[in-house]
Amino acid sequence: MKKMLSFIRKEFYHIFRDKRTMLILIGMPMVQIILFGFAISNDVKNVRVAYYAPHYNNDIQKLVAKIDANDYFIVVGKCTTKEDINHALLSGKADIVAYFDRDFSKIGKKGSTPTVNLIIDACDPNMATMESTILTQVINDYFKNPAGGTGALLVPHTRLLYNPSMESSYNFVPGIMGLILMVICAMMTSISIVREKEVGTMEVLLVSPSRPMGIIFAKMVPYFTISCLNLATILVLSVFVLKLPIAGSLIGLILFAMLYIALALAFGLLISTIMKTQVSAMLVSMMGLLMPTMLLSGMIYPVENMPAILQWISAVIPARWFITAVRKVMIQGLPMAAIVKEIAVIGGMLIIITGLSLKNFKKRLE
Amino acid sequence: MNDEMGNKVIIAENLTKKFGNFTAVDHITFEVERGEIFGFLGANGAGKTTAMRMFCGLSRPTEGKGSVGGFDVRTQAEQIKKNIGYMSQKFSLYEDLKVWENIRLFAGIYGVKEGEIKSRSEELLHRLGLYEERDSFVKSLPLGWKQKLAFSVAIFHHPKIVFLDEPTGGVDPIARRQFWELIYEAADQGITIFVTTHYMDEAEYCNRVSIMVDGRIDALDTPRNLKEQFGTTDMDGVFRALARKAKRGD
Amino acid sequence: MATAINVNNVSKRQGNVEALKGVNFSVNRGELYGLIGPDGAGKTTMFRLLTTLLVPDEGTVTVDGFDTVKDYEAIRSRVGYMPGRFSLYQDLTVEENLKFFASVFSTTIEENYDLIKDIYAQIEPFKHRRAGKLSGGMKQKLALSCALVHKPSVLLLDEPTTGVDPVSRYEFWQMLHKLKEENITIVVSTPYMDEAKMCDRIALINHGQILKISTPKDIADDFNDALLEVKGENLYKLMLEIRKMRTVKSCYSFGDSLHVTFSETPDTEGFKKELSELGQGGLTITPIEAGIEDSYMKLADE
Repeated sequence: MKKMLSFIRKEFYHIFRDKRTMLILIGMPMVQIILFGFAISNDVKNVRVAYYAPHYNNDIQKLVAKIDANDYFIVVGKCTTKEDINHALLSGKADIVAYFDRDFSKIGKKGSTPTVNLIIDACDPNMATMESTILTQVINDYFKNPAGGTGALLVPHTRLLYNPSMESSYNFVPGIMGLILMVICAMMTSISIVREKEVGTMEVLLVSPSRPMGIIFAKMVPYFTISCLNLATILVLSVFVLKLPIAGSLIGLILFAMLYIALALAFGLLISTIMKTQVSAMLVSMMGLLMPTMLLSGMIYPVENMPAILQWISAVIPARWFITAVRKVMIQGLPMAAIVKEIAVIGGMLIIITGLSLKNFKKRLE
Repeated sequence: MNDEMGNKVIIAENLTKKFGNFTAVDHITFEVERGEIFGFLGANGAGKTTAMRMFCGLSRPTEGKGSVGGFDVRTQAEQIKKNIGYMSQKFSLYEDLKVWENIRLFAGIYGVKEGEIKSRSEELLHRLGLYEERDSFVKSLPLGWKQKLAFSVAIFHHPKIVFLDEPTGGVDPIARRQFWELIYEAADQGITIFVTTHYMDEAEYCNRVSIMVDGRIDALDTPRNLKEQFGTTDMDGVFRALARKAKRGD
Repeated sequence: MATAINVNNVSKRQGNVEALKGVNFSVNRGELYGLIGPDGAGKTTMFRLLTTLLVPDEGTVTVDGFDTVKDYEAIRSRVGYMPGRFSLYQDLTVEENLKFFASVFSTTIEENYDLIKDIYAQIEPFKHRRAGKLSGGMKQKLALSCALVHKPSVLLLDEPTTGVDPVSRYEFWQMLHKLKEENITIVVSTPYMDEAKMCDRIALINHGQILKISTPKDIADDFNDALLEVKGENLYKLMLEIRKMRTVKSCYSFGDSLHVTFSETPDTEGFKKELSELGQGGLTITPIEAGIEDSYMKLADE
């Protein structure tokens, strides 16, 4: 036990004495949460809308006024010809052009389904998706609301759940938690183990009565501790700075996140058993964990929008399950019973990865 | 270059390098003549590497003057780099390139004419007995061959001076001697050799030897005179007598 | 005399290279044993086999009577090991390094202070300095202290003097001689031939094979060829001339002289005359006893 303590103390020395490590461990989570939460905002605001209505009527006028009144949109003008539509979008004067078809005049008449074509500048597909969703909702609202005009109508109806204002930090916080915990734990543990291989101290430790498992366990303790601190930092920042409430069980959320941290540590161990140099360990952590977590976990791009093959790949990315579960507990406020599947998946992965890395970990040099 | 200094290829005059309060190289003064094999000895941390960096134009002296191949180490670093060759124990060739690719690469870097490279590298490979190995990766060569090749590459562009930083560390005794034969050959062609080593028998191969202690040059003479001066039979004795006075580590 | 280490017909491949080919040797208890050979000779592989870090492809290795494959745990608690590079934690201080390694072996600095006292006392004034900021010689002393802190019965040192200046090297060998008095078996490898004379027995190793095992003195005595030391004004030119001679077997430079061997018993006077006629001046020619380096080169050449 005394031996274990001295191992752990040594690991903390390594961390505290390396300013770069400290910066990454402590600084990265804060910077990321604030960057993603505030600066890199995907929020829809001041979207410029132009409209084209060859059969202009009262309904259209009211609808346009309604759109203009909405916080998200500004009506910037009217297109007089079809060519104008293109022109408005290309010149950047408008982000969306609403094209009211001719049957819009038959509104309220039996059997008619009036159509609004939304032509959207989709350079940023995520923004475009969001803009169209919100605009559709505004239009739907108009028809639903008797004050707006004609009452019931057969227009597709979408309602935004849980994040009615679609604030992106709601989506990003679970994503960032998944990213930071995975990358910091896995990358830092693997680098610190591989560093000992590179410097040659691992050779000395192996040629000693210390059990390899003890060496590894001692490596994980500090990173586990720091990751838990990071978890706390992220939660505190998101509640008090980003004003994101924790709707569900806080204890449940923390326990689940700790399970995920353990999985990330296991990944780090696995990487360190395969890689020989710090540089390669870092590259593998980046390419193998950071990139997929960013791109395929649903953190930035919704999993449902991916091609089938990427959806399958995303199923093996732990962050995907983590993010889904955290959204359920933290934002939707569902009970822990709702994330049994995610807990099972993460737990299963933990067992498999730990098993693999223990099998790979050598008590000799080959 | 004027005639007066025509034969002095390295001149150091009170050359000094300080890092903060620490004087790594402390007012060293000496001259090296053309074609000379000059041994630059000293314990770990005596300041050899720092001095060598100044001569190679990689580090600006804090005080004093220095010239290499007629160029000022302070203001003409770029010209110096064109006129010297450099090789060290740690880095000399790219391990993951083939033998001929390394020769080509370094010849190209030092501006050897395209037409010359091919014929001269073939001649070199034959001379070193490496022609059959020209398509091998450098990492697969024994260390002794690697170092011989590295030296030949370092002087491929006929530099005025070649700096060798512990070139024979860990090399087997036969290859080490073959390496020194290459050095003799190069010196014979008028290339000045500036070499550091931890092998004291190699110090004997030098025309003149300087021994650095705590940043200063404490002895500089031919091996024979040094041995006489210190009353020892080999350079090991000279070195030990001097280095014992050292106060600092690196 | 009891055997501390026994290496029996060991072969080991490392990647595509046959690092060791049928190696046999044994080390007596309390012996200072040298593995002498250049880089790439197989020294490090041998140390990794002795320290149980590698398993031989063929043959057996025993340390203190324990098999390195079956009883590796028993061996690990009784050997002290210094790998080729000074394997210390650069970001820990001198004292922290030593304390840590003591705790790795479930002991304390105080418990075995007697053994490391002489060595550690030299670096103790710097005990709060980070290991990364020490000079080569001091790092070497710290690494040795760390390897000794658990009072091992066998000390395995892989190239402890490489890259270290001659003075520190000399001091290091003095320390090893003191440790020998504590009845610790020491195996040490080095590429510096002149260090061989500091060992009780040496094994010359090259290309994964043992060339010869002997005491430093006997190795020189077994050198059968007549050997002449030749000095002259221009050694390089002299060497080129001597190599052209028909009866000359080898001619290598040794510091300020040349060592020449012959295929038949040489006539010293005739040899000198011949060289003078070729215009070589300042000649002195003396028959000498062969050293370890002479032997090594002869054996490696055969």
